Amino acid sequence: MPNNQQQEQSQASKSSSWQSVKNDWGTDKQAFDMPWGKLMMWIFLLSDTFIFSIFLISYMNVRMSVTVPWPNPSEVFALTIAGHHIPLVLIAIMTFILITSSGTMAMAVNYAYQGNKKKAVYLMLTTALLGASFIGMQAFEWTKLIVEEGIRPWENPMGANQFGAAFFMITGFHGLHVSAGVIYLAMIAKRISQGKYDNKGYQIVEITGLYWHFVDLVWVFIFAFFYLW
Amino acid sequence: MKEHTETQRVTSNVPQQHPISMYLKVWLLLFVLSACSYMVDYFQFQGMLRWTLILAFMFLKAGLIIMVFMHLAWERMAVKFLLFLPPIAILIFIVLMSSEADYVFISRMVSFFNP
Repeated sequence: MPNNQQQEQSQASKSSSWQSVKNDWGTDKQAFDMPWGKLMMWIFLLSDTFIFSIFLISYMNVRMSVTVPWPNPSEVFALTIAGHHIPLVLIAIMTFILITSSGTMAMAVNYAYQGNKKKAVYLMLTTALLGASFIGMQAFEWTKLIVEEGIRPWENPMGANQFGAAFFMITGFHGLHVSAGVIYLAMIAKRISQGKYDNKGYQIVEITGLYWHFVDLVWVFIFAFFYLW
Repeated sequence: MKEHTETQRVTSNVPQQHPISMYLKVWLLLFVLSACSYMVDYFQFQGMLRWTLILAFMFLKAGLIIMVFMHLAWERMAVKFLLFLPPIAILIFIVLMSSEADYVFISRMVSFFNP
């Protein structure tokens, strides 16, 4: 078998350039040493990185070029809890919830590889529940901004109009990812408990985990650039 | 060729086995880092100090999530290249767009406030 391969390789290097292109793409080669589903998830996440980057870059562009004062996020997202005025508190809680859900997801992956199906399923469902509570808080935050503060994608009584557009676009797209992740997690957890991966192996838990950690990763950047700037 | 792919599959499906305590430690570290970045806002640090702290905590958190939770630290070099080379285009785009934003800002100041 190795002899055959060497022959193929020497043939490929000798042949014309189009022939070499055909050989490189057409032969039975594996560049990335992982299951195809995992590689596809990585490539999807890479493309998603570009989408979120474009949103954040357009937000940066708009915020740097605006001549009207930008609302202070620390004040906009402050809450008064039990008589105390705490800046940015809801966002901080959301951040901790998402990090906790990432932790439970990482442990689900670990238990799945150990073959502990029950624990993996319960940890995945915990992750989904934490994700759902994150969406609930985001819905609360959006309602507060729309109903009480009167912020719209096209206007903003507190200052720069672009604030609404950037905020609803970026957090909305992230919230959509979290929602999709909750559905994805619940679906895979159900399929695992049905025993559909018993023969295939539990790589699927790691693939689901990659998606979920990515959602958390995006939030790290949104938290830094949108809420802390 | 069949044999070849078979042997490859055996080597590629190496399941990630790490002690649970490693995940718990990273989790705790992420909590502390998040608390730190929240404190940056709570104590209202301003200027260069604020930006340095925000970016430092952000990159530390992102690095921990990618490397440990997403297991990239244990992947092969080819995978790391696949994931870290394309985002260089994003960095270039950030530089281009920030200089563009500066230009737009100056133009607006000149034309809006100097009739």
